[in-house]
Amino acid sequence: MTQFETEMQDVKSEVIRMWQLVLSQLLKSREAMLNFDKDLAREVIAREKRVNALELKIDSDCENIFALYCPVAIDLRFLLAALKINTNLERIGDIADGISRYIVDSPAKFNREILESTQLLQMFEGSISILTDAQAAFEFENTLLARTIFSRDDMLDEINKNADNNISKYILENLKNINEALFVLSIIRKLERVGDQSKNIAEEIIFYVEAKVLKHQ
Amino acid sequence: MENTILKAIDFDAYFGENHVVKKINMEIPKNNVVAVMGPSGCGKTTFLRCINRMHELIEGATTKGKMMLNNEDVYGMHPIFVRHKIGMVFQRPNPFPNLSIYDNVIAGYKLNGMKIAKRDKDIIVEQSLQKAALWNEVKDSLHKKGTFLSGGQQQRLCIARAIAMEPEVLLLDEPTSALDPISTSNIEVLLHELKNNYTIIIVTHNMQQAGRVSDKTAFFYMGELIEYDITKNMFTNPQDKRTQNYITGRFS
Repeated sequence: MTQFETEMQDVKSEVIRMWQLVLSQLLKSREAMLNFDKDLAREVIAREKRVNALELKIDSDCENIFALYCPVAIDLRFLLAALKINTNLERIGDIADGISRYIVDSPAKFNREILESTQLLQMFEGSISILTDAQAAFEFENTLLARTIFSRDDMLDEINKNADNNISKYILENLKNINEALFVLSIIRKLERVGDQSKNIAEEIIFYVEAKVLKHQ
Repeated sequence: MENTILKAIDFDAYFGENHVVKKINMEIPKNNVVAVMGPSGCGKTTFLRCINRMHELIEGATTKGKMMLNNEDVYGMHPIFVRHKIGMVFQRPNPFPNLSIYDNVIAGYKLNGMKIAKRDKDIIVEQSLQKAALWNEVKDSLHKKGTFLSGGQQQRLCIARAIAMEPEVLLLDEPTSALDPISTSNIEVLLHELKNNYTIIIVTHNMQQAGRVSDKTAFFYMGELIEYDITKNMFTNPQDKRTQNYITGRFS
């Protein structure tokens, strides 16, 4: 393997490591929410620094490869995609951090009724599943798998779209739980963004492997 | 192609029995820079030398097929006329060592016995050196020997010498491979200027240079034209696996 190939492989490994870190952050923020585990939520917040540091490391490694090797064709597309995927993953890291902050700020555990009526848990599952499959699509250059993400993101959009009505209904029936309802609505909004970021990532994977630009189509 | 100036049709070149350029079909658009790249021995320089009939100067070298310049086969023209119309600049700057800068520029006329008035000579020298972006650097030393110039200046002098004959096409065979990055950059800037008046075909091993200077790029491998496309496409999404392997440095 040439030095160039080794460095490209290192970037791919780092992006996968970033993916695993961000997924772990999202899983922990879900667990913190379900168990009302403020310590775990604080752990997620503390680990956000690691996500940021890894983002900078990947950016810097890509920059070095651009400067030293002038990559072209599939190598160029890979690096461009890696840079954008890196940014998207860092934003998902921010989302996990934001959700964890709500848990830390929340005075009490969210009650089961609101989690069910808003489909928040399905949204969490959907986001995590999309992000996990996006990682596999990136790792194995599987654009068929990447393409499934678009329709699965629609499911998250649908839950998000229904959230206003569901939350209004819940508030009318549980006036003393307005704060809780607003926290849940905010978490739904954030998870909807995980779907959008994953969709962007899927577009980047297809660009990298097939040289097709799907953005804004 | 509507504005094609040069067209190779089923073009083959041989050194004796050795078939070095195979069935090339290629259209060169007017006022474009076309880069030709490929590994050593792939036939790119031979192809270039076939365009202005330099190939046939080597003993045992033959060609087959057609090379059309403005719809006329260059192999039906007088070779001297072909070389007026299709100028060439080589890898190493090669100004005539005993001639002044001035005489180097008009060497083509002198060597072909073409008599021109002093006033016309002055105009040709000034215009050619200006087009080659060398005039400002040498206008006060036109009668010094060309070999006193730096490598980059000598190469621009060679370009001025080629331009002086008012060709339609300029062939450049790795024109910057012997130059430092600054001289290389000067030549590349010059190519962008020159393509307004000439069609340029450049053989280069430097892929970044091909990307920087050319509108279209051709990839040759083992005498065959593997891929020929708009440069941007070639370097972002080549269609042939061999092109991709070559430009990404994974050629075995």
